[in-house]
Amino acid sequence: MASTVALTVARYRPEQESVPTWQTYEIPFREDWVVLDALNHIKDHLDGSLAFRWSCRMGVCGSCGMKVNGTPKLTCASFLSEHLPGPISVEPLDYFPVVRDLVVDLHDFVQKLKRVKPWVIRNEERPPSDGEYLQTPEQLDTYKQFSMCINCMLCYSACPIYGLEPGFIGPAAIALAQRYNMDSRDQGSSQRLKVVSEHDGIWQCTFVGECTKVCPKHVDPAGAIQQYKLTAATHWVKSLVLPWGTR
Amino acid sequence: MRAEPHYTLYHPRWYRRRVSVWWWLQKRSYTAFVLREVTSVFVAFFAVLSLWQLRALAQGPEAYGQFLARLRTPGLLTLDAIAFLFVLYHTITWFNLTPKAMVVRLSGKRVPDWVVVALNYAAWVVVSAVLAWALLRR
Repeated sequence: MASTVALTVARYRPEQESVPTWQTYEIPFREDWVVLDALNHIKDHLDGSLAFRWSCRMGVCGSCGMKVNGTPKLTCASFLSEHLPGPISVEPLDYFPVVRDLVVDLHDFVQKLKRVKPWVIRNEERPPSDGEYLQTPEQLDTYKQFSMCINCMLCYSACPIYGLEPGFIGPAAIALAQRYNMDSRDQGSSQRLKVVSEHDGIWQCTFVGECTKVCPKHVDPAGAIQQYKLTAATHWVKSLVLPWGTR
Repeated sequence: MRAEPHYTLYHPRWYRRRVSVWWWLQKRSYTAFVLREVTSVFVAFFAVLSLWQLRALAQGPEAYGQFLARLRTPGLLTLDAIAFLFVLYHTITWFNLTPKAMVVRLSGKRVPDWVVVALNYAAWVVVSAVLAWALLRR
């Protein structure tokens, strides 16, 4: 077994260079290390200037998404041993502007997420004294998969459509819209449909399917988008046949 | 990495990578996807060919004979073979994707993906068998 492994990391220091460059670090190989451990080793012992985001290191916070050997991954869940013999390349996520080294700007995604209103919408809120909005396990089961999203944006980085059409609302935001649409306590699906069924919504998606493949939480955004297309198409037909019935 | 900086308003130092024109060759799954999109051209070709055939049929036996003779030319035979392969690819890839778009629930439980796919193939076999029977029963 190799005692060291090479990590080729994308560097972008805007005060020094106008385009990213590669820098290779030789780090000790340990069976129980993930790529994030290796990056932290570089930061602590080899080069303190390397910039990257991370927080929970256990696949919950969604901060440490990067491209490892060309595939979008959570670096906290990618073992070095899966990528031997190396060198292992680490790059920032595709299609987002790079602020520095491995850090990308999240603004575009956060704005899009806000537009689909990912929260429970009620026509009229019940007073708290009336108690909770109850839900059966079966009702929970219909949307639970989509609620597992941690906003890590790996799906955006895997989606060539998002790269080519930056206006596209994108996989995670649509999956989360669907998560609330399918929630039995929610009454806001028509508000979301307006945002999601417009040109930059579901119809931009041509079903490449890569978003579902890279999702570390098995959310299946591609499935959510196709199901949404079916809903939107049905809604459109209904609005033709019964123009007064779909308000 | 490509050396083509692309600036963001108010953030001139953010680096944006441009998507290469050849992005669909960079990953096998992207190529498979673009090939699937291209199949639509061949599906349209088959549709036009069928309309052409109907037109020839309506024009009488002589026109239909001419149409059939034209189908047997090497050029059209090759094109037909290529189109058939693409249409087959179209059918198989879309059948395999159906369970993603259609979630079927029976008494509260999600029907497994393979059942939805298998039902598609079963319907294909049944329709093909009925057509074969209708066309070849003489």
